[in-house]
Amino acid sequence: MYEFVTGPLAWLAFAVFFVGIIVRLVLYVRGLDWKLDRVTYSVNTAFGVRGAVRSILFWLFPFGTQSYRNNPGFTLALFAMHIGLIVTPIFLLGHNILLQERWGFSLWSLPGAVADLLTIAVIVSALLLALRRIALPEVRIITTAYDYLLLAVAVAPFVTGWIARYAYVHSQAWLIVHVLCGELFLVAIPFTKLSHFVLFFATRAQLGMDYGIKRGGMKVKGISW
Amino acid sequence: MPEGVLCNKNKVSTLEQLQALLADKSGKQYYQEMNRLEVDTKALWDLVQKTCKSRIRTWLEICTHCGLCAESCFYYLANNRDPRQVPSYKIQSTLGQIVRRKGQVDNAFMQMAMDTAFSKCTCCTRCGIYCPLGIDMGVMFSYLRGLLFSQGFTPWEMKIGTGMHRVYRAQMDVTTEDWVETCAWMAEETADEWPGLEIPVDKEGADILYTVNAREPKHYPEDIAQAAILFHLAGENWTVPSEGWEETSLAMFAGDWEASKMQVESVYGAMHKLRPKRMVVTECGHAYRATVIEGPYWAGLPSGKTPVESLHYVEWVAEALRTGKLKIDPAKRIKEPVTYQDSCNYIRNGGLWEAARYIMSQIAEDFREMTPSREHNFCCGGGGGLNGIGRYREQRNVGLRVKRDQILATGAKLVVAPCHNCWDAIRDLEEVYEIGIRWSFLKPLLINMVEVPEHLKPEE
Repeated sequence: MYEFVTGPLAWLAFAVFFVGIIVRLVLYVRGLDWKLDRVTYSVNTAFGVRGAVRSILFWLFPFGTQSYRNNPGFTLALFAMHIGLIVTPIFLLGHNILLQERWGFSLWSLPGAVADLLTIAVIVSALLLALRRIALPEVRIITTAYDYLLLAVAVAPFVTGWIARYAYVHSQAWLIVHVLCGELFLVAIPFTKLSHFVLFFATRAQLGMDYGIKRGGMKVKGISW
Repeated sequence: MPEGVLCNKNKVSTLEQLQALLADKSGKQYYQEMNRLEVDTKALWDLVQKTCKSRIRTWLEICTHCGLCAESCFYYLANNRDPRQVPSYKIQSTLGQIVRRKGQVDNAFMQMAMDTAFSKCTCCTRCGIYCPLGIDMGVMFSYLRGLLFSQGFTPWEMKIGTGMHRVYRAQMDVTTEDWVETCAWMAEETADEWPGLEIPVDKEGADILYTVNAREPKHYPEDIAQAAILFHLAGENWTVPSEGWEETSLAMFAGDWEASKMQVESVYGAMHKLRPKRMVVTECGHAYRATVIEGPYWAGLPSGKTPVESLHYVEWVAEALRTGKLKIDPAKRIKEPVTYQDSCNYIRNGGLWEAARYIMSQIAEDFREMTPSREHNFCCGGGGGLNGIGRYREQRNVGLRVKRDQILATGAKLVVAPCHNCWDAIRDLEEVYEIGIRWSFLKPLLINMVEVPEHLKPEE
């Protein structure tokens, strides 16, 4: 079972994930329409690129924008969760050992304590963000069951990974559950709003180009995000 | 499919239709008929499929419901943080539903969507700059207005306004003759005081083609006279076109993209005919947005630019002050505290905040910024056509509270508002809340403080 979920099934999950996000990006770009969107993507492109880069970079750093600065608690939880979600699985020692075994290469690995810390950060931040959805009326009104489900899908590999690591009993079973959760997460990305994994860059770049080319970007340095 | 006589899916394109609508006081019959207007769900879904592409679909799909847009919206703040005013909620429950239900919506839904699109959003686009995913709900609401318009669900005044553009190529019933006569009349009146002043009509190859808001010839002709005086003092070689002089676009507010195109093409036609070096638009925000920023796209111009370079009035003033064409008499600068209303349409959506700041640095001794300001400023409360819609007067007045508090916090009693909609909203704000402020366009202020060159001095 372990061989299967970390072998063929992992291959499949990665394939769906990579092909999926590429398809999402290609479809997004192909669906852009300069007349309907009212942005000349291919005229004055230099201004557009500058706008796109600014629009992505400012939002890629905590407190880089007014919106983040206005909501420091949310921003911390948001970044803690996302950094943990991305960094931990890529640089986890266990994953690298598996990578070496199966595919003959590995990446630099995080010290175990840091990986633990990041895992806790993901779980705690996700919990806080879920509580925030319940506590704040302005978030509650737009929250759907689907939002909780996706949060659970994203966090499940971390919870199960933690258990597998520290469980005294059934650790092999937990490991399999963990791998399955990770694969579910990967596959869910292209098909759900978790696709913001790549579409964040696409929509941010689009609005950046809009501001950079059309909405004043050719007259001033650029909007202060 | 049942359609009303006044409220229907047809476009208003004749004078008779316009007059029938105008005769229906406050749109009483119009809104009664709207209750019986059937939704052509097939046509609606066809239109969505043709026009709702990856940009808007992705926005609707990947919104993570984080709620950061809430505080960006002045309606949310003005309505005691009512969660139903959260931009994400407003767009998901309207446009989001139309897309999810593949256009299968009924009359009640369309009326709810219309009320939301016009009385809970002024398309100020502030939410877009507070959303981590760059989701611009103002842009989506403008798009939604277009869908609603195609099905006949648009406020009575918007139906009239789009008809005006179609019939008169102006938002009001101002004909070419009315316009040219008003210019002649203003030139004649003003020339008494300012010898040599002219309002040249249809002069070819001028440096500046000046275009206005139809309200000016219709209700505030002195604004045209003031523009003429300032051009005269600056020594500009300028002209106005006899046709294609109207910059505004109620069609844009309504989402009538066909009429939006007709309107801007009339202005571009004047540019082609008169071949001016540049065009200057009067102190109007949405006029600039419509004709200079969005218009080239409606007209299908691949450059995304107007046929000749186009400036908002604040750009021209800033340039005239910088180059010394207009000189401010230091003794006549505004001494009292004064603040500036950043119009969403040419500041956030046009990037002209520096020009505005430069002007204020030249004309005011105690300039006080509102908080927030520039591209982060709040809508005046009357944008997106809201000032002119009777059905939503109450909601509009509640929305004005945010601007009221912003102005009060500056301590200034004078608000410079170089935008017709902002100017109106601030006037109404004073009427409703009586906070003891005055408001002004730039032109009358400038006329009182510019130095008059010796050779242009009025005869004693």
